[in-house]
Amino acid sequence: MKTTPYLLSLPALLLFAGVVVIPLAMTVILTFHDWGQYKGIEPVFILKNWREVFGDPYYGEMFGRTFRIALIVTVLTALFGAPEAYILNRMKSPWRGIFLLVILGPLLISVVARTLGWALLFGGNSGLVNKTLMSLGLISGPLPFMFTETGMVVALVHVLMPYMVLSVWAALQRLDPQVENAAVALGAGSLTVLRRIVLPQAMPGILSGAVIVFALAASAFATPAIIGGRRLKVASTLVYDEFLNTLNWPLGAVVAVLLLAALAFIVIGANRLVERRYAQVFG
Amino acid sequence: MSRNGPVALVYHALFVVFMLAPIVVVCWVAFTPEGFLSFPTGHWSLRWFKALAFYPEFVSAFWRSLFLGALSSALAVAVSVPAALAIARYRFPGREAFTALFMSPLMIPNIVLGIAFLRFFTQIGLGGTFTGLVLSHIVIVLPFALRLTLASAVGLDRAIEHAAVSLGASEWTVLKRVTLPLIVPGVASGWALAFINSFDEVTMTVFIAAPGTETLPVRMFLYIQDNIDPLVTSVSACVIAVAVAALIALDRAYGLERLLVGRGSHGR
Repeated sequence: MKTTPYLLSLPALLLFAGVVVIPLAMTVILTFHDWGQYKGIEPVFILKNWREVFGDPYYGEMFGRTFRIALIVTVLTALFGAPEAYILNRMKSPWRGIFLLVILGPLLISVVARTLGWALLFGGNSGLVNKTLMSLGLISGPLPFMFTETGMVVALVHVLMPYMVLSVWAALQRLDPQVENAAVALGAGSLTVLRRIVLPQAMPGILSGAVIVFALAASAFATPAIIGGRRLKVASTLVYDEFLNTLNWPLGAVVAVLLLAALAFIVIGANRLVERRYAQVFG
Repeated sequence: MSRNGPVALVYHALFVVFMLAPIVVVCWVAFTPEGFLSFPTGHWSLRWFKALAFYPEFVSAFWRSLFLGALSSALAVAVSVPAALAIARYRFPGREAFTALFMSPLMIPNIVLGIAFLRFFTQIGLGGTFTGLVLSHIVIVLPFALRLTLASAVGLDRAIEHAAVSLGASEWTVLKRVTLPLIVPGVASGWALAFINSFDEVTMTVFIAAPGTETLPVRMFLYIQDNIDPLVTSVSACVIAVAVAALIALDRAYGLERLLVGRGSHGR
């Protein structure tokens, strides 16, 4: 019977060996191949593509932009999503169920359709967002959103917000409302309760949500492609261009492998930190 | 538990407006009677929904997405169920590694999987084929199917199986008549979540779909890259309608909260 679990896992194992491990290994090998406009991909082993990506400041700038956008999006989703999860948690049935559906529901709608909505809202200088902001007196002239980092950030915050709310919501489920009541009964003000009781308990949820949002924002494709157009490039849209327009696959593969490595490093590191920090609390 | 104050409720209202605004705007513009992008006020028209009939590539991409999602999710579930049973009930060397491997598509950016599949399928002669699409979609939706199948396999009461064995049922009968029926709810919600993820996937699919095997999100994405016009808003409005219908059905059937959070909710 020792072989039973292996036999049961065999179909999945074969599938993943064939369709995940081998293609990824091939992609890493591809990064060392040569490429020319007329000769195409040449199966040799050279470091030309790696030198080009590390030598040309264009790529450094592009990666900087990618991770800067991801970081800003992460901070904004945490800042706005965590309070909303708390408010949702305090709502009564049926409102809580209804609004949870409204906020998580967009996850089920194609990201292309959601980004299209933002493209319509931004829509040049006369877009609905600018009109609203100007009529409220918040800005004096129209802000550029399309083809800017600002626009990408706003749309990505919207696209990734459900993950943050979900993560904080899950953490708040463990919060015993009696602890809050006890703090109030012992004379704590509502701000003290938020800071000393709710926030520490929500923190694991905020951090694990932040890891998910950061990873998805740094590798997001459709939203930066639609909002950023062909001019403002992030890592994934650059990979797309190299593979499907320039056809320099080896160079595109270097950018993709670097993105994967950087994300794996950041995500694993962050998870370790979160686990070590909260091992005592939620052992 | 104390109630939300007025400040919290205003914040909540603004938050909901932010979350719904782009979705409402797409549906609103889809009903414009004009030939260009505009917000219809007072005068609505189905003109752009009717126009879809003249763009068969959208219609065929929709059916292809539906079929691809159903097929790849079914296959992902078929592969997940035995793997989930192995992981849930046996302690064997490599168990952790297997789980990590099967969950890895969640960790690997879809853009990286996209180029890896493009290179791989081109090399083995599956480039731009529907077979390639199905294989790649099985892999990317498998973690969703496995997670929910695993959750129900772990939560299974072994005593029921032991009872069946002691009453003389063979191993195969136990599997067919006891184990599988008990994990059906988890398997079904795993399939549903896998289907949604396949249906909405664009980043990876854009690399491996060729003209003739394009899925609906890919067709929409390529169309938007060239121009944004009312036609693509009416397509999006249809996609949103399908998603809302699925949302309501899923919530009625399993509870969306449980499906997305992956465990039962305590507070309700």
